[in-house]
Amino acid sequence: MDFDHETMLELSKVWGLLYLILFSVGVVVYTFWPSNRARFDRAQTEIFDKDDTPWR
Amino acid sequence: MGQLTTGEREFASVILLVLMILGIAMAAAGRFDPMGVHGGMVFLYSGALLWWILTSFFGKEPDASRFSSYYDDPIKVGVALTLFWAVFGMFIGVWAAAQLAWPSLNFDTAWSSFGRIRPAHTTGVIFGFGGNALIATSFHVVQRTSRARLADQLSPWFVIFGYNLFCLIAVSGYFMGVTQSKEYAEAEWYADIWLVIVWIAYFVLFVRTLARRKEPHIYVANWYYLAFILVVAILHIVNNLAVPVSLGNAKSYTVWSGVQDAMVQWWYGHNAVAFFLTAGFLGMLYYYLPIRAQRPIFSYRLSILSFWGITFFYMWAGSHHLHYTALPLWVQNLGMTFSVMLLVPSWASAGNALLTLNGAWHRVRDDATLRFIMMAAFFYGLSTFEGSFMAIRPVNSLSHYTDWTVGHVHAGALGWVAMITFGSFYTLVPSIWKRERMYSSALVEVHFWLAVIGTLIYVFAMWNSGIIQGLMWRTYSPDNTLVYSFVDSLLAMYPYYIARAFGGLLFLIGAIVASFNIWMTVRTVPVAVQASSDAPLPSGIYGATTSPAE
Ligand code: HEM
Ligand code: HEM
Repeated sequence: MDFDHETMLELSKVWGLLYLILFSVGVVVYTFWPSNRARFDRAQTEIFDKDDTPWR
Repeated sequence: MGQLTTGEREFASVILLVLMILGIAMAAAGRFDPMGVHGGMVFLYSGALLWWILTSFFGKEPDASRFSSYYDDPIKVGVALTLFWAVFGMFIGVWAAAQLAWPSLNFDTAWSSFGRIRPAHTTGVIFGFGGNALIATSFHVVQRTSRARLADQLSPWFVIFGYNLFCLIAVSGYFMGVTQSKEYAEAEWYADIWLVIVWIAYFVLFVRTLARRKEPHIYVANWYYLAFILVVAILHIVNNLAVPVSLGNAKSYTVWSGVQDAMVQWWYGHNAVAFFLTAGFLGMLYYYLPIRAQRPIFSYRLSILSFWGITFFYMWAGSHHLHYTALPLWVQNLGMTFSVMLLVPSWASAGNALLTLNGAWHRVRDDATLRFIMMAAFFYGLSTFEGSFMAIRPVNSLSHYTDWTVGHVHAGALGWVAMITFGSFYTLVPSIWKRERMYSSALVEVHFWLAVIGTLIYVFAMWNSGIIQGLMWRTYSPDNTLVYSFVDSLLAMYPYYIARAFGGLLFLIGAIVASFNIWMTVRTVPVAVQASSDAPLPSGIYGATTSPAE
């Protein structure tokens, strides 16, 4: 198969589109997955902990 | 450096010796070429660092207590280097601005002509100032949010000094006329190869530190920093694929040709904006904003959604720099569409930041540092709106080649990049030097107003001149000839160029004030005993005020 302008066209117009749509669905699912809620809430507030040393 | 173990000192010396030998080789092979000068610079730079290592080579081993604190020494050096490049790069910017108003300010010498100092300005501010700020803050954020010390002690130094060697070679090269003629990637092949090595070390260090984290979840700021590191590596390598004339010659030719070359360059150029000037600084925003406001980010989920939106949309937007060119129309349309879609995650980030402050406006009023961060979020929203608008082809036909683009650039660069950096630094500096506060909060206030007024003058001057320029170039007489010559439009720019130089001067003075304030903080402010009085009280988290997360 020749790798020419038509190939690029198909790649971006068909597969590129599909890949981006699937990817966005994946991201939304990950973000709203119920069991992720706890880690996100924790991450959001945990940065304020005051002692300025690494945990061992 | 004092904390380096004997093994690390030995390894550092070996690296520096190899570099010195490379420097000699470059100087010998390039003796009839500017590359020879660069060889000499590499030799002296690594020699000076080696001298520094050797003076404490037989010093005593650091004890194990170092593992119970974060490794902040490289960050301190990074802060100093950031401020140096800020003043240098902005000084050159003011000079370039003054040359546009008064061309004789090039003093009729080659090295100071506009074509050479312009890349010195862009590289100085983007890579010197922005890059050092990103590296320094990334070391701070990744340690604090992972609750882990940097993975080792040598590679942070390698990254910082190696990176600054790159900046030095790049900027000094432009003054000698060395350039690849690719915007934001002007540095020649040997500097590019060196940056790849440094960047891989940076990536490995960052990932190793993340791997040592004690938190189960990687805080979102680190995602942005990681995207910045990873994508910049990819962009840099692809855009800089080139074949040098010979190993002793600074000149190289790119492997790309024609319109592909243009597309690769602007795929690089736009993603440099996206991942250097945006993603990394959003990392700063997502850490220093909540810390300074003492409020958790408004919506953590929104920050995740906008992260993936920004990383995946930006990749396709580069072709908006090539509207009305030989690039196939569908590629232009693709870039235009993605640029407009980009507004959504961009405003989600800006909105997320501003909503975090909602309910803490009294702090914004009292604390100039927090105001820097708020202004940055505001200008981020402004410049992304403007960018999405300019990416629409008919709008671009007016804005392209005019000062409107330059106005857009500096709304982003001064209003967003520089302000978020200074806001972060005023939070970071007392924290890593363990000072109870900044030397002078009045000077922070002065800096804030210099920065805001300077930015506004700059941006409004360029908006005006850009639109006038664009309209003059397309004004036709009834018999279809152009009404204005190019020189007519140039004369119309004169007052705006003076105004821009003045606005830029205010901004530069602000950066000098900041450097002085930070210097005095380190030199004179006593070490903090308990809670720092400069930081706002933590009522948002531990006190009565509720926040969205609770
Ligand atoms: C002291 C403040 C500054 C002044 C006076 C200034 C001035 C200038 C001037 C005169 C130009 C050339 C415009 C032209 O060719 O028509 C320029 C370009 C540029 N500057 Fe600045 N600058 C300043 C700060 C900054 C900062 C802090 C950044 C980045 C963080 C920055 C990034 C850029 C970029 C990316 C360009 C290239 C724009 C383009 O190609 O469209 N500048 N600046
Ligand atoms: C949604 C976000 C953005 C979009 C869609 C966008 C779009 C654009 C467009 C259409 C141009 C003009 C291209 C031309 O006519 O040649 C441009 C130029 C530029 N923008 Fe943005 N922009 C965005 C955000 C930003 C931000 C936040 C910065 C940060 C500093 C920035 C920095 C630049 C620079 C440096 C240039 C000049 C490139 C050159 O040298 O020609 N942009 N942008």
